[in-house]
Amino acid sequence: MRQTTMIEGYKRYNDPRDTSGCGLVGFINRDGKRVDGSNIIKSLCLMKDRGNGLGAGFAAYGIYPDMADYYAIHVMMDKPEVKPHVEHVLYKFFNVHREEEIPTRQNPNIKNPPVFWRYFVEPKNECLLQGEEQDGLVVRAVMSVNNNVSGAYVISSGKNMGAFKGVGEPADIADFFNIEDYKAYIWMGHTRFPTNTPGWWGGAHPFTILDWAIVHNGEITSYGTNRAFLEMYGYKCTLLTDTEVVAYALDYLLRQQKMPLRAAFYALASPFWKDIDMESAEDREFAEALKAIRIQYGPLLLNGPFAILFGWRNGLVGFNDRIKLRPLFAGEKDETLYMASEEATIREICAKPDRLWMPRAGEPVIGMLKEGA
Amino acid sequence: MLYKKPQIQFYPYIVQRDDYKCVRCLGCVEQCSYDATFYDEELDVLWNKHEACVGCKRCEAMCPTDALKIVPNPSRPYEHASWKWDLVMDAYLQANTGSIIITGIGNDKPYRVYFDHLLIDACQVTNPSIDPLREPMELRTFLGRKGEKIELAETESGKIELKTRLAPQLELETPIMFSAMSYGSINLNFQESMARAAVKLGTYWNTGEGGLHKKLYPYAGRGIVQVASGRFGVSRDYLKAAAAVEIKIGQGAKPGIGGHLPGEKVNADIAETRMIPPGSDAISPAPHHDIYSIEDLKQLIYAIKEATRYEKPVFVKIAAVHNVAAIASGIARAGADIIVVDGFRGGTGATPKSVRDHVGIPVEVAIAAVDRRLRQEGIRNEVSIVATGGIRSSADVIKIIALGADAAYIATVAMLAIGCTLCQTCNTGRCAWGITTNDPRLARRQNPDIASEQLYNLVTGWSHEMKEMLGAMGINSIESLKGNRLRLRSIGLTEKESEILGVLPVGE
Repeated sequence: MRQTTMIEGYKRYNDPRDTSGCGLVGFINRDGKRVDGSNIIKSLCLMKDRGNGLGAGFAAYGIYPDMADYYAIHVMMDKPEVKPHVEHVLYKFFNVHREEEIPTRQNPNIKNPPVFWRYFVEPKNECLLQGEEQDGLVVRAVMSVNNNVSGAYVISSGKNMGAFKGVGEPADIADFFNIEDYKAYIWMGHTRFPTNTPGWWGGAHPFTILDWAIVHNGEITSYGTNRAFLEMYGYKCTLLTDTEVVAYALDYLLRQQKMPLRAAFYALASPFWKDIDMESAEDREFAEALKAIRIQYGPLLLNGPFAILFGWRNGLVGFNDRIKLRPLFAGEKDETLYMASEEATIREICAKPDRLWMPRAGEPVIGMLKEGA
Repeated sequence: MLYKKPQIQFYPYIVQRDDYKCVRCLGCVEQCSYDATFYDEELDVLWNKHEACVGCKRCEAMCPTDALKIVPNPSRPYEHASWKWDLVMDAYLQANTGSIIITGIGNDKPYRVYFDHLLIDACQVTNPSIDPLREPMELRTFLGRKGEKIELAETESGKIELKTRLAPQLELETPIMFSAMSYGSINLNFQESMARAAVKLGTYWNTGEGGLHKKLYPYAGRGIVQVASGRFGVSRDYLKAAAAVEIKIGQGAKPGIGGHLPGEKVNADIAETRMIPPGSDAISPAPHHDIYSIEDLKQLIYAIKEATRYEKPVFVKIAAVHNVAAIASGIARAGADIIVVDGFRGGTGATPKSVRDHVGIPVEVAIAAVDRRLRQEGIRNEVSIVATGGIRSSADVIKIIALGADAAYIATVAMLAIGCTLCQTCNTGRCAWGITTNDPRLARRQNPDIASEQLYNLVTGWSHEMKEMLGAMGINSIESLKGNRLRLRSIGLTEKESEILGVLPVGE
């Protein structure tokens, strides 16, 4: 009997799957110069093999310059009927300056999309808890919508930034949200190959809280430990995926604990004890600090294979797990820093980078916006 | 009544001797500390008093020609599902003596062992498992109090500077320590073996409540000293020498019960170490007579911290009882740095059998409940939790850490490592294996050079196994397993039991 070839098998069952992983790409213009979405779409679409059409998304910083003083709350709703319930919560916490439906296009490949609205809001001072800052109230409001309003999820909540994501191929999601029309100084993109968690709209990347945004390739094997720790501090993990904890962990470390940026990455992807022991001989104080970070924040150590891009209003950081079980490249051209899962992804939009390198395991690549930019 | 006493008639073990193999070396006579074997020179025959045999198998293990087998006596009192033979024997025994039945080791009743109903996860395809022979795999564990935050600053050179001083921490190379066994209940050779193994392993041993013998001061840097209700051996030097201090409130093998080392066991050396007159009974009251409430405990914790200049972590050890979660929360708030939860399968040198077999709860459930409670109150990260009482294998350590413990104490299995055969007669003080005895002739049977190596081997073997299991889970550091109940599944448990343990059933 003649054997079926793999290609024939794919055709017969119309099964486009392969066994790659997720793909991610991001870049920052350190001068704060804004560019439209065409490049991020082009580079993301190159990584066809790294996704399976079950999720794609974008995060962009600098897209609402006219509304930069207001928190931009992007809400995803399963059906329009949910909207009053969402607004019941939002109007309780916020003075809503403007609300509008996020413009979307008809796309034949996007099936049964949810409804997307955005609200430009300002926290009500009388809603602040004792000692709470505005950011804290926004987090509380986001948790309240995500937990208490069935069928509604806040997908981003920072100032002058936004997340756009859904189930579909990158090109279709970009088309659906009109991504090429937005102009941003930081762009992040993600194409998804879901394995452990279902392919649904809320599960696509990026994950955000305030203006922290995360795109992630990998699987967090320490999820249970990280989640149990974060839940002690009021974070509720509702989106059925492990990436969420990374966003909350960074929010906890940087905003609540006010840790220096680099120190936060020493907590999430800590140096090995053997390296700390060795460092001890050279720079005892630094080794003591690293040790203290591990002792104090051990429950936030991220384990398992991952490459993560992390963006916020002032910068973009890429980092790997401690033994680099997922790919990550970085490239630089003039004032733009690129990071992506593959070299080709960077070269697609920056043919001749000044510098191109593969960051070491656990070592963050930090791209900061210049002061005053 | 019967012609013979029932406990003599229905003795539990028979010493089977193959006279053809026996070469009359008399080793068994020398080895038996229970007078169950004697030699009749006139007849050139070795006889056994079966009723004296406790089933410790020392003679069998030492017989050079394999002429001996210790087997259960097939003729026992009639038993059925309700009346097990030991209950029948206990009734006979108490009818004759009118006293409490004392026993050793831990609960031997067939209660559900939750460890055996939990399965560990592993990685396939979507995330790679990690090979501990090729990649770093970290078991290093720190025990001690953590504050709400630490202050850090970034220096100009891009390095990080620490502005806070951490509370004192114990640093363990593997999350396994040797649990409290006092000098008196065990002998100095065994204690020294544990101390030496702990030093070599980079972990800690515990003195128990019997003080710290002067010979063991060199190992005190890896020692945790106990302050129990009898306050035996507690002195300035004792507190000063140790790495940490443990306040013993309770013990899993005898929750709510004190201790009693009879005067005849208190020899000169034990008396000196415990700081009591030789030959006097060493009685540990059931409660500490200065702790009748949680605020009293707080006073003792801070008295010890003051005495040790806040340089040493203070442990508080409790037995796992029904309300363990609320008690642990109180202890955390009273200022303890580390809480030890001792399950009802924990061992002991002597306890009333009725208490050992019927009081307390399993450590698996207790740890799950304590971890959950402290998380609900947002204070789990402030204290460390050590699980003990029923830890039998490396897999048990992995499971208990995933359920929420930071580390585990082992004791019964440490005795197994040096020869114990679980005969449950520790209380007699005649242990033929030289473990739970201070008879110099018997204690000599444990050579610290050899025994410490066996203990070292046991923990090393477990550590290797734990690294393999962590690697299979795609985790390369033990802290990513702590409280990670998602990596466990229950099998054959009720929905409620799974819920209490906080694990999903297999297949979900």
